[in-house]
This record gives sequence, C-alpha cells and structure tokens, in this order.
Amino acid sequence: MKTSTFAAFRLTLTRDLLIAFKRKNDILNPFMFFVIVVSLFPLAISPEPSKLAEISAGVVWIAVLLSAMLSMDSLFRADFEDGSLEMLLLSPHPLFFLVLAKNLSHWLVSGLPVVLASPLLGYMLNLPSASYTTLFLSLLIGTPTLSLIGSIAVALTVGLGSRGLILAVITLPFSVPVLIFGTLAVQASATGLPTGGYLALMLALLAGSLSLAPLTSAAALRISVS
Amino acid sequence: MTISHQSPAGLEAPQNPSAPENGSVPPLLEARNLSCERDDRVLFHNLQLSLRAGGCLQIAGGNGSGKTTLLRILCGLHDSFQGDILWRGHDRAEQAEAFAGDLLYFGHRVGVNKILTPLENLRWAAGLQAQVEERQLLQALAELGLRGFEDSPCYTLSAGQQQRVSLARLRLSRASLWVLDEPFTTLDVDAVAQLESTLQKHAEGGGAVLVTTHHPLKLPSLERRVLGGSEGRS
Repeated sequence: MKTSTFAAFRLTLTRDLLIAFKRKNDILNPFMFFVIVVSLFPLAISPEPSKLAEISAGVVWIAVLLSAMLSMDSLFRADFEDGSLEMLLLSPHPLFFLVLAKNLSHWLVSGLPVVLASPLLGYMLNLPSASYTTLFLSLLIGTPTLSLIGSIAVALTVGLGSRGLILAVITLPFSVPVLIFGTLAVQASATGLPTGGYLALMLALLAGSLSLAPLTSAAALRISVS
Repeated sequence: MTISHQSPAGLEAPQNPSAPENGSVPPLLEARNLSCERDDRVLFHNLQLSLRAGGCLQIAGGNGSGKTTLLRILCGLHDSFQGDILWRGHDRAEQAEAFAGDLLYFGHRVGVNKILTPLENLRWAAGLQAQVEERQLLQALAELGLRGFEDSPCYTLSAGQQQRVSLARLRLSRASLWVLDEPFTTLDVDAVAQLESTLQKHAEGGGAVLVTTHHPLKLPSLERRVLGGSEGRS
C-alpha cells in the first residue's frame, strides 16, 4: 500500500531527528555559539547593569540570528552528498511536506534550545523583568521564520562545492524584518507599551514563510540536484 | 558524438518508438527525440528509447558518454534536455505523481546515511515509497547478506555493504520501473548473481529494468544500447 503523505512526513521527521541525536555536535555547536556570543558583550562593552539592560534585547536577537546562520549549513548537505536528496525528490509525495519535515526537525534541534535558554541569557544581561515573556514569545515565533528563510538559501547553494559566506549574504538581508520586529517588541515591553502589534506582524511573517518557503526550497533543491 | 541507433547484432532490435500503437499497450517508458548537451558537448542527439513491461534495457558506453545523465533525465532529476518522455503513453510531466509512485531509482550516490544503521536507512527509504512492516525490513536486509549488521552504523560497513543496504529497497519495492545506475560496481560475485536474478524476476513479473553497467549481464530478456562514440566496444 502506498504511504500517506503524513506518514512520509513523520518518517522524514523522525529520520532527521535521529541523525541529529546521533551527531550531537549539530545540536550543541549552534547552542554553545549562541551562549558564547551573548556572554562576550558584557566583557567587551560594559558590565554595568543599566547599560546591559539597554542592549540586552538586541544582543540576544543578533546572537540568535548568527547561531541560526551557523546551524543552517547542515540542513541539506549530508543528504545531497550521500544521495538521499535524490530519493526525496523522486518520492511520490509533495516535496513541500518533506522539506517542511526537514525544516521542522532542524528547528527543533537548533532553534528550540536557543529559545528555551533565552530567558536565562536575558537574566545575565539584566533584561528588564517585564520583557521576559515578550523575548521568549518573539524568539518562539521568530526562530522558525529564520529557519524557513535560511532553508531557501541552503537549498540554492547545496550543490556548490565551497559556499563559505554566500549563505549569510543571501539569508541575512531577508532576516532583517524578523530582527526589527523582534527587538522592537522586546523594547516596547520594557517600557510598558503594548507588544501585540509587533508579535502579530511576526506571526504574519511566520505564516508567510511557512506557506511559501518550503515551496521555494523545493524548487531550489530541484535546480541544485539537476 | 552520436548515439548508435541499432542494437548490437544478435540482440532484439528496439521497436520503432514513433510507430503508431495499434491499440496495443503503450510502452512503460518511452523517450522520443531526446537530445542533451552538457558543457557544449553533445551527449546524445535524437535518441529514441522504449521500454516495455517485462523488458530489461542496459545502457552501455564509455566513461563520460552520458549514461548517468540519460538515466537522470528519464527519472526527472535533470531537466536540461530536448525531446519528449512518455510514461505509459502519456506525457511524464502530467503523470508526475503516478510516475514517481511507480519508479525506483538507484543512483551513483546510493542514498545511505552513514550515521544511521542499515535498518533505519531502509525504513526511511522504503517507507517513502510504500508501507512496510518491520519484519519485511529485517527480512530484506537478511536476504542481502546483512544479517547481524542491522544495527551497526553504516560508516562501519564496507562500500559493498552500504550498496547492499540501498539495494535492499528492490526487495521491498512494488514499483514497476527500476532505474539502476551502476548497481554492480562494488558488489562481490555472489551479490552480483543475486542481483541479476532479482532483476530477472522483476522483469518476468511484468516490471521493467533500466540499468547502466560495465558488467556483462546474463539476462535472457536483455536489450543493450550503446551511448557515445564507442560502438566498437559493444
């Protein structure tokens, strides 16, 4: 009997999670990078609590952006090199959902730990206490958006031998709206302003990339493989 | 560089694919006037190819003659070509889902993740195509001589064993068209014989096999096509 698309989605998701848990540096490296980058700021700028409180939201968000960048590289590369990607492309299921499964597993492994650790790092940077919830929520909405946008660039460049910085050059400009609304939301919460509007805009960005990015990634993968 | 339009003497000549099908069953896979250039080099020009259910077609030719490119074009992995590809008499692009559901592709890169175990690899690869039970997975691996290796990570296996992991998909496949790119390269003598008989059984059961290999195949229903300017080698 033919596999249902949902079963294929689940199979791909579990396979990717299994690979990630067997290759633990995929989980640990971006996370450690995130923690280290954040902890460099008090050393370089000033350990004074009032100054740190001012920059804390921006620092956490930029560190998230960079660590997302770092983790993206592994998204399709192993599959491209060992030929699994061809099997994915030739499967009878819509590539949209299979790419979405890979994106979801990638976010669970590299994005979610960062989101969960963010309140702790916010505390380290003397984040105003009113902002914790907003920081957490904005990251929870923003990191999957970053993963989805990044996956397009990875799909486009997966066939290139040495891609170096090109991934960052393609992805970072498109990540700017997420960064702007994310930091604005946190800053607004610190001054007691409503954050609903910013978060709604971020949700819109997430909805947009959730529906369009896997489609674009799938098309880009077909180009990269041929 | 052009394609040789005749099969070698003594083998069944391929049917003329542009002949009208007088109510007969259309070939499983058919390519009409297929041309492909790569880096300003013509790999093949106006290639006609037809593969019927029960048929087994070997694409031969020297290194770099375009065997892999032809297979990738026929599967839909490579789309810079001219010509038509028909699946059961209809344009393949319109039948994309039915085609993908009825195709098994074994590529140069065998599609085995080195960190996963053979069982985990097969569970995903076979599961994408059809529902398989755990028992069938284990049985397929055992038949390919991988009993005892089911749970070792694939990086500890030899190249031939990794290839067997991927070939285990053939045991579980219900696809009618098998497209195999160099499936014999790293296999030992026993595995080669076993694979040959698997291909034979598949063709007898109404499937079709498209295979590239330098290995002299001993299949009764085999047709052979030579790509590139190496007719003398056939």
